[in-house]
Amino acid sequence: MSATFLGIPPFPEAAHTAVEDSQLRHNLRKATHTIRDKRGQVVDELGDDWSALRSEGAAIKEHTLRHLDHYLEQVEDSVQRAGGTVHWASDAAEANEIVTRLVHETGQSDVVKVKSMATQEIELNQALERAGITAYETDLAELIVQLGDDLPSHILVPAIHLGRAQIREIFLQQMAEWGVPAPPGLTDDPRALAEAARVHLRERFLSTRTAISGANFVVADSGTLVVLESEGNGRMCLTLPETLISVVGIEKIVPTFDDLEVFMQLLPRSSTGERMNPYTSMWTGITPGDGPQEFHLVLLDNGRTDVLGDTVGRQALRCIRCSACLNACPVYERAGGHAYGSVYPGPIGAILTPQLQGMSSEVDKALPYASSLCGACYEVCPVAIDIPEVLVHLREQVAEGPGHTGEKAMMAGAEAALSSPATLDAAQRAASLARGAVPQHLPGLAGNWTDTRSVPEIPEESFRRWWKKRGGERS
Amino acid sequence: MTTARERVLGRVRAALQDVPADEPAERSLQRTYADSHGMGPTLEVLVDRLDDYKALVRRVRPEELAGQVAAALERRGAQRVVVPSGAPDGWFAETGVERVPDSREDPLPLEALDGVDGAVTGCAVAVAESGTIVLDGEPDQGRRATTLVPDYHLCVVRAEQVVDAVPEAVRMLEPTRPLTWISGPSATSDIELDRVEGVHGPRTLEVLVVAADG
Ligand code: SF4
Repeated sequence: MSATFLGIPPFPEAAHTAVEDSQLRHNLRKATHTIRDKRGQVVDELGDDWSALRSEGAAIKEHTLRHLDHYLEQVEDSVQRAGGTVHWASDAAEANEIVTRLVHETGQSDVVKVKSMATQEIELNQALERAGITAYETDLAELIVQLGDDLPSHILVPAIHLGRAQIREIFLQQMAEWGVPAPPGLTDDPRALAEAARVHLRERFLSTRTAISGANFVVADSGTLVVLESEGNGRMCLTLPETLISVVGIEKIVPTFDDLEVFMQLLPRSSTGERMNPYTSMWTGITPGDGPQEFHLVLLDNGRTDVLGDTVGRQALRCIRCSACLNACPVYERAGGHAYGSVYPGPIGAILTPQLQGMSSEVDKALPYASSLCGACYEVCPVAIDIPEVLVHLREQVAEGPGHTGEKAMMAGAEAALSSPATLDAAQRAASLARGAVPQHLPGLAGNWTDTRSVPEIPEESFRRWWKKRGGERS
Repeated sequence: MTTARERVLGRVRAALQDVPADEPAERSLQRTYADSHGMGPTLEVLVDRLDDYKALVRRVRPEELAGQVAAALERRGAQRVVVPSGAPDGWFAETGVERVPDSREDPLPLEALDGVDGAVTGCAVAVAESGTIVLDGEPDQGRRATTLVPDYHLCVVRAEQVVDAVPEAVRMLEPTRPLTWISGPSATSDIELDRVEGVHGPRTLEVLVVAADG
């Protein structure tokens, strides 16, 4: 994983007008509160059973992590028995190299992708591009983000920082460059925008021979991979191509198929606040005559074993990426996903990113302070990750480490996002720390910031305004 | 030279020094959670949930099924529908719509599948509480592409295939088959969180729930 950049306004410049800032705040509030309410309803509907499911979910994941070597070998065995091929990648570079080679072997230069945080983490799209392969994102929000040369801001609704008018503009201006253009009379009605996306991607789905996915779960005993989604782009990618390559973090394993009894209840209800998401695909190796006839699973470490080795921090690997903690978090609601400077935003990002990256930079060291420790994230977490406990643990590591003079200033991060303009000064000191840590050319968290652009200087004044816009004001 | 596999497994083992060597690696579910949640009469709950997802849903008696299939296809204006090879002929006894057969052994090319007006299939299991229909690729449900590419999916669910909740359904499924869980038509909430039904999957899902008492 590459550098994060807390403190840089990681938006394209155009997003920095006051109007769009209020749009962002408005969208974030609406999104987090709407999903939070829906989640509350479908969780309450299960009564006391929710806490039983939650304990079982936490126990399954914790157990799997404690015996991960056993389960990794079991996954390898089950998937290969079912006709798949298993590859191991100890870091992002190895994973990208494997996927690039596999795509080259298919002879294709285009691939379709279904939303996968692991491939964002390793910057697979950029690696493929360097190898002359174009990766087309197919999730509507990811498509918007890719066409708009932008960054995702929420795990579940990555384009939540954009309004419908902006999305219409992006479609009108960019779709033609990537394939089927937007219809000239396109309105900003979400129905019309969804239809434009359907038409834009239809031909692509029907003609592309190679797909790349992640997975929500990998079942060790059966070798089954599971992908939950809404739009049907996942089914398209997982079903129509000849070759499927799935890149999956080693923490996604569950021991048995029966464990899905638990997770197929916990995940949709926690995530979208639905009783069930519209589509879930489960596949085991290859099925002759149905779906891809070549299947590759890439098991990705990339820092996960470092997290595993910390007995307090280990619980972060239970995460099933539901995003309930984002929607519950008062800091996220005000700061937005981009402020975390990582593909994993919100409370989970604040504990996962610094651990995956080894807290080597000042930016990583600041992340455990992006919280008020209110505990709302723990309350909603379907696998009972005690995020505040891990935050405190990581703060201790920062404090014990060298050069911890920034602690007080970094502490101000959450405070500034929450309430007080008076802490702006301290927040700016945190920002100078971040500035000091920002290289001129980021190795690239997101493509938009990497190959073609150099990282802008963070001007004192605009940061002040940016920070204030995102958090300094009372809402 | 060590392989990536050895490296990753080695790191995992090094990271788990705190786990006692005699702690068993296998685990079975404790199942302190409920098998189902007493939401109401099974078929009523299923119909309610499907309706909530904006699927079209009707309860029919066995003797009405052929007529209802015909009526649904007529309402849809379908001329040609893809039908997996194992779907019972009886379903189509009262419709004149052209049936295009498909199977793993004799699959339709994608372009042909893209040209039909819908797909008519059975299902493996349905889950009332979550409004979910699960397809497992058996001959009456066909290849996954059959129920994905056409814009309309008509699914016949028999009462005895319906369970109350997710745990019961998982226990009935065979993991080695390709499984597709469908809960309503495809949808997105990616634009300002406004739900729009219908993106890439079939934009219309119609379900006929067949029970002796209708
Ligand atoms: S930490 Fe828990 S609440 Fe947050 S995304 Fe992961 S599983 Fe969901």
